[in-house]
Amino acid sequence: MSAAQSSIPEDVAKSASDARDRLNEHTLKIVHWHFSEDTGSPFWLEKKSELGFDPLKDVKSFDDLKKFPHFEDEWLRGGPIQRWVPKGHAGKPVYVFETGGTTGIPKSRMVIEDHWKDYELFSDTLPDEHFPRGSNWLMLGPSGPRRLRLAVEHLAQHRGGICFCIDLDPRWVVKLIKKGWMEHLEEYKKHCIDQAVTVLTAGHDIKCMFATPKLLESLGEALEDRGTSLQEVGIKGIFSGGTEFTPQWTRFCVEELLGGPVEEGGVYMTPTYGNTLMGLACSKPIKAADGYKISYYAPQPRAVTEVVSFDDYNQVVGFGETGRVKLYTLTDEFFVPGFMERDEGEREAPFDMYPWDGVSGVRPFHELASATTVGVY
Amino acid sequence: MITLQPLRWGKPYESMEIKDVVHFDTGEPIAKFGSVGGGIVARDMKQAHKARAALLKHSTDELIAMSKKAAELFETAELPVGDSMQSVDQFVHQQSASTGLPEHMCRSNLKKNSFVLSHIDEILDCLTRGLDLNILSKGFGEEGRGVIVSYQAQTPVLGAILPNNSPGVHTLWLPAIPLQIGLALKPGSQEPWTPYRMVSAFIQAGVPAEAFGLYPGGHDAGGAIMTKTPRSMIFGSAETVAQHAGNPRVQAHGPGWSKILIGDDVVDDWELYLDVMVESVLSNSGRSCINCSGIWASRHTREIAAAIAKRIGPVDVLPPIDDNAQLAAFTVPAMATGTHAMVQQDLSESGVTDMTAEYGDKLIEREHCAYLRPMVVHADSPDRGVAMKEYMFPFVSVVECPQAEMLRRIGPTLVGTVLTRDPELVAAAGACVDIDRVNFGPIPTNRLNWLQPHEGNIIDFLFRSRAYQVADLPVAANA
Repeated sequence: MSAAQSSIPEDVAKSASDARDRLNEHTLKIVHWHFSEDTGSPFWLEKKSELGFDPLKDVKSFDDLKKFPHFEDEWLRGGPIQRWVPKGHAGKPVYVFETGGTTGIPKSRMVIEDHWKDYELFSDTLPDEHFPRGSNWLMLGPSGPRRLRLAVEHLAQHRGGICFCIDLDPRWVVKLIKKGWMEHLEEYKKHCIDQAVTVLTAGHDIKCMFATPKLLESLGEALEDRGTSLQEVGIKGIFSGGTEFTPQWTRFCVEELLGGPVEEGGVYMTPTYGNTLMGLACSKPIKAADGYKISYYAPQPRAVTEVVSFDDYNQVVGFGETGRVKLYTLTDEFFVPGFMERDEGEREAPFDMYPWDGVSGVRPFHELASATTVGVY
Repeated sequence: MITLQPLRWGKPYESMEIKDVVHFDTGEPIAKFGSVGGGIVARDMKQAHKARAALLKHSTDELIAMSKKAAELFETAELPVGDSMQSVDQFVHQQSASTGLPEHMCRSNLKKNSFVLSHIDEILDCLTRGLDLNILSKGFGEEGRGVIVSYQAQTPVLGAILPNNSPGVHTLWLPAIPLQIGLALKPGSQEPWTPYRMVSAFIQAGVPAEAFGLYPGGHDAGGAIMTKTPRSMIFGSAETVAQHAGNPRVQAHGPGWSKILIGDDVVDDWELYLDVMVESVLSNSGRSCINCSGIWASRHTREIAAAIAKRIGPVDVLPPIDDNAQLAAFTVPAMATGTHAMVQQDLSESGVTDMTAEYGDKLIEREHCAYLRPMVVHADSPDRGVAMKEYMFPFVSVVECPQAEMLRRIGPTLVGTVLTRDPELVAAAGACVDIDRVNFGPIPTNRLNWLQPHEGNIIDFLFRSRAYQVADLPVAANA
C-alpha cells in the first residue's frame, strides 16, 4: 500500500470498497447486455469472435475488462452507425453525436438517452444555492452535431428552467486557425459573444450558464466593455468545460472575472471534463488554498477513468503519479472497455464525495501535444 | 536559480504555470519561467492608457536621459531581474544557455542594444527628420515654417511578440519609451533575457514601472497582445509576415533575404570583397535577418562560392564559452535536422552545387542540442529554388545571374549591399523597391548605421501626421 493509499481515511476507504463492488456488479451486467445475442450491438457481437475469450464467461469483474484490446477511435469513424445500436434498444429514436473540431471523418457515437442521464446525474452535484432551480440557462458553446447543446438544454429543463443557446462551430474555428485568418477568428468569436450579451441583457432571468473557458473569458470581457459584469447581469453559477482547464486560468477567472471567491460573493464556477464517449466528470470543489487544483471524478459506475502508465496501458500508476488517461464507458447504450484519451494527468485518491479514483492536472498527452490543436472553442 | 515571472504594468504576477529551462549544452537547470494566458493580457490591455499617462508625466528630454542611463545600466550593472540580482556575466551565460548563441555573441548583442539606447536622441532625430519631440508629446506644435504640424499617437502602448533567435532585434522596440508609448511585450520562450533586463534597466533609471507589461506565454498570450493593442510588432517566418500583410495595426518582421549584388564592372576583382562577403554570411552565426543569404553576380560565381566555402566551410563547433566560437546551437535539435533535410532537398535540384561538401558533415548532433556547420551553395541560375532560401545558420547561395536581370529577380531584400561604380546600376538599385536598406560599396550587410531610418520606421508606425487648425474663439458679449 502506498503512502497516499494509507492516508485515505477509513470511512472513505470503506466507501471506495463499496463503490468498487458496485462497479464490478455493474460491469458484469453491462458486458452481458452488450455480448448477448438478444441485446448486444452488431459491432460487439461481431468483435466477440476475434477476442480469444468469451466475455460472457471470462469477465467477472471490472479488472477483467483489461482482457479486451484497447478501444480504437478509428472504429468510431465512418458507418454504418447502426452497428453500434444494441438490439435491446432496437426501434428507439437514436441521436448521433460527433467529436468537436475534427475536420476529417469525425468520430461518431450513437446515443439514445445517455446524454440526458449523464446530465441528470451531473445536476445532482450542482448546489441549488448557486444554480437556483427554476432559473433559466445560457448555453454558450458548440451545438451542431455535438451533444453539448441537447445535454445542457436537458439539464436546464431537468432543473425546471429554459435554456437559451448560442452556437459556435469548432470546425470552422479550426479552419480559421489553420488558414491563419486570425482577424476572421476574432470576428467570429465576437459574433458569438455579441449574441450571448444580447440574450443575457434581454430580461430573460438567466442565472446559470455553460460556457467553454475561452468563451467565458471573452464574455466576461465583453460585459466589462459594456460597463457590466457576469455578476451584474445576474449569473449565479457557471459550469465550464470542453477545452483544457488549468489552475492558473481558474485563478484568473475567480480573481478577475467572477468577482472573487464564491464565499466572498463571487460567481460559482465548476470545471468539468467530458466527451461524447464518457459523459461528464465533475470537479472536486476548487479552492485557492489548494492552489486551484482541479481534480475530476468520472460518473462511476456509468463511466470510469484511470491514470495508467505510459509504458503499460493496463497498469494503473500510484496516487499522485503521472500517466495517460484511460476511460471506460459502461452503459446499456454504449460499451467502451478502455479508450486511451488524448490527455495525461495525475492519479487522484478517492474522497468522501466521490469514493473512487480521480485525475488532476489534465493536459494534452505529451506525445501527441504538438500535433493537437488545443482549445479551439 | 533565477525565476522570471510576468510583469503586469510593473507589478510582478506570481504565475502558477512555471517551466524549467535547462542549458542547451549541459542540460543543467538555469532558470524558471512563469507564464500567463490571453485572458490576463486582455484584461491588462484595458488599462494600457495608464502606461502612456505615466510616461507623459515625464518630458521626452527626461525620458531620453533615463534611456541613456538605462543603456549604461543594461550594459554594465548588476540589476534586479526576476527574483534575483543579475550581473552582466550571469545575463550572458543565461542568454547563451537558452538560445544556443556563443557567449561572445551574446556580449556583442548586449552592446548593440546598449548602443542604440545610448544614442537614442540621435536615432529619434533621424527617425523624425529633426522634429521637436515635444510636438509628439503635445500632439501639435510649430515646426518652424509658420505652420502648425500635428502628430497623433495611434496607441498608448506598443505590443511586441518577440523572437527567440536573435537578441539584436530588441533594438526595434526600444524607442517606444522616450516616445512616451508603453510596452506590452511577449518575450520569446528562449530569449526572455533581453526584455527582462532592459525593462529592469529602464525602471532603475527612473522610467515609471507601470509603463511595462511583460507577458511570457503561448500563442494565446501573443494573440491577445496583437488583438488588444492598436499597434504591435511580430517577428516570425515568411508565413507570419504574409498573414499580417496589409494590416496597419501590425508590423511584421520576417526573414531578411539580405543580399550582396556584384556589378559587372567590379566582379573581376571579386577577391577584394571576400572579407565583406564572409562577414555578411557568418556573423552572429548567420541567425539575423541582416545576414547575407544570397550573393548575385553574372560571372566568377563558382570561384566566389569556392573562396567563401574555403573560409567558412571548415568552421566547426566550439564550446559556447570559447571566444572563437562562430556557431550557435539549435536548442531544439529537431529544428536542425528539419533544416538539414530542407537543404538536402535544395541540393537535389539540377544546377545546384554544395561548394562546402569537402569540409565534412554539416549536421552535428549532441545530447541536448544540434548544430549546422556553414554551407555555401552555388546556383547556376536565379531559377533555382535555393536562390531564394534563408536558413538560421551560416548559409549562402551564390547565384549566377546577368546584371540586367538582377534587380528584377532578387525579390524582397532587407539589406542590399551593391558593389559597383556603374552609375546606371547605382541609380537602378537605389530605385529598386525590393531593397529596403541599401549599401553602396563594401559594407557588410550586418553592419547597420542606426542613425539611418531602419525598417518599419517606428515613428510612422506609432504616430499619424494630420491637419490641426486653431482659431481664437470670439469673445462672448457678456464676458
